[in-house]
Amino acid sequence: MQLKLSREELPGMAAKLRAHVIRMIAKAESGHPGGSLSAAEVVTSLYFHVMEYDPKDPQREDRDRFIMSKGHACPVLYAAMAEAGFFAKEDLLTLRELGSPLQGHPDKVRLPGIEASTGSLGQGLSIGMGMALASRLDQRKSMTYVMLGDGEIDEGQIWEAALAAAHFKVSNLVVFLDANQQQLDGWTHEIMNLEPLTTKWESFGWHVQDIDGHDFDQILDAIDKAQGEKDKPSIVICRTIKGKGVSFMEGDVEFHGKAPTKEETELALSEIGKG
Amino acid sequence: MEFKMGMATRDAYGKALAELGESMKQIVVLDADLSKSTKTVVFAKKFPDRFFNMGIAEANMVGVAVGLASSGKIPFVSSFASFLMCKAFDQLRMGVAYSNNNVKVVASHGGISLGQDGASQMSVEDLGLASLLPGFVVLCPADEVATVSLVEAMARYQGPAYMRVGRPKMPVVYENGASLAMGGSSTLRDGKDATIVACGLMVGPALDAADRLSKENGFDIRVVDAYCLKPLDRKAIQLAAQETGAIVVAEEHLAGWGLGPHVARAVAETSPVPMEFVGVQDTYAESGDPDGLMQKYGLTAVDIMEKALLVIQRKVAASTK
Repeated sequence: MQLKLSREELPGMAAKLRAHVIRMIAKAESGHPGGSLSAAEVVTSLYFHVMEYDPKDPQREDRDRFIMSKGHACPVLYAAMAEAGFFAKEDLLTLRELGSPLQGHPDKVRLPGIEASTGSLGQGLSIGMGMALASRLDQRKSMTYVMLGDGEIDEGQIWEAALAAAHFKVSNLVVFLDANQQQLDGWTHEIMNLEPLTTKWESFGWHVQDIDGHDFDQILDAIDKAQGEKDKPSIVICRTIKGKGVSFMEGDVEFHGKAPTKEETELALSEIGKG
Repeated sequence: MEFKMGMATRDAYGKALAELGESMKQIVVLDADLSKSTKTVVFAKKFPDRFFNMGIAEANMVGVAVGLASSGKIPFVSSFASFLMCKAFDQLRMGVAYSNNNVKVVASHGGISLGQDGASQMSVEDLGLASLLPGFVVLCPADEVATVSLVEAMARYQGPAYMRVGRPKMPVVYENGASLAMGGSSTLRDGKDATIVACGLMVGPALDAADRLSKENGFDIRVVDAYCLKPLDRKAIQLAAQETGAIVVAEEHLAGWGLGPHVARAVAETSPVPMEFVGVQDTYAESGDPDGLMQKYGLTAVDIMEKALLVIQRKVAASTK
């Protein structure tokens, strides 16, 4: 059975996911904390309030689907899946170990419940569009949700998919752009300017919303509106902070892909615990 | 040897796909604005709701196919071989091979026989690239009968598969209704002095070469159509090596990088014998009439005959040492 939480219970779950992320990456001594922490509220909203699925039957045909296109943020996805009951929470600490289904980037063959193997950036939107088209062909009500990183949309394939999803009016597809403004080498506006994001996506024919990606009310309201859109694909531009929830990681691009030390881990967990 | 000229393998693909679409409702087809050339247009006209013209955007097309496949559809994606394999290689790697998704890639305009459009449209690398993808089945049929049979086999097979089809009309080497299997091969002509292992367009010249070597040189040459490059019919290759003692591989591809390595490995691991490789020699071709191109780039029966005589010579030299 699926774990459904009320609006009030969501912040507590997001804190749990953040704590898992820190412990997993600390144990693995490698991984990407920054982009996992910035995505925690959206992932929490989807897995514990919005999506319909059965963790014990992950291939159920009428399930809603989620693709973490920015595959390096998989720790937060694994944390959500463990809390949701796809696998045991103890397994989270096998992240990146030889033989673990919890690969460094999501692997749909090794871990049931992962909808798409990602890690080579730019591919998840196309795959999500294919899933949404299949749902439409089979007249299923299920939705497909895709999370993109903002650095990820440097990739040309994203814009091929943006054209195509609008052209085919794939309205059962909702994208969350985790706009934490940082990518591996630095600030997005320095590496490859993406703005103006809203008018760009609007001009491609998408239903666009621009929200605070850490505010549950705004996230749930945006999903509601996106589900109501019957003519266009939807994108929710989530303004977020990379490393959100851990003061010394927030906005520090070094924590895009660096594990915390033992001392940093304890400090991070105490901050997250305070909520 | 005289063969009746049949349709192009791309035409056979279009026809077979449209027929299969009737009984296999899960089949969907995607093309990148080349449906009139790849012949998926036949399916598109018959089943417009199950056909997606994705525009000139191969990477997205393969990604969308991945999503469709992981939701229970059987997507066939088509474009020119050079564009599909070179522009969407990472999508085929991540979404199809690594993810073991049930996507069927049928790429047209393989090889250099498309002629006048020139090197940018020609694919001399696709069979090698497709072979590099772990878990992929790789097919290269020689005529319309083989194509129809293998399109159905790949549709019914669960897993990633690649097929190369071509632009020119092809001689019909199979009897109507012949059934070809994934992992199989066909010994089209038996012989004991050497074996020519060929695929696709080179099967015709291989049979020609065998015929002439018999008439002109008195040699008895076996011809194997290795229409399934991967997994290769290793038994047939091993037998050919053991029973004929000399092998020539012929492919409309960079020599030794498509069918070549599959055969060479099977021979090396079972029964090493002298080998030679007919194909395009580490270069790109150019615009021109197909027959002229085949001559200029070494893809004729005469080229195969020369290599066959070489391997027979080496075999004889080794046995008389």
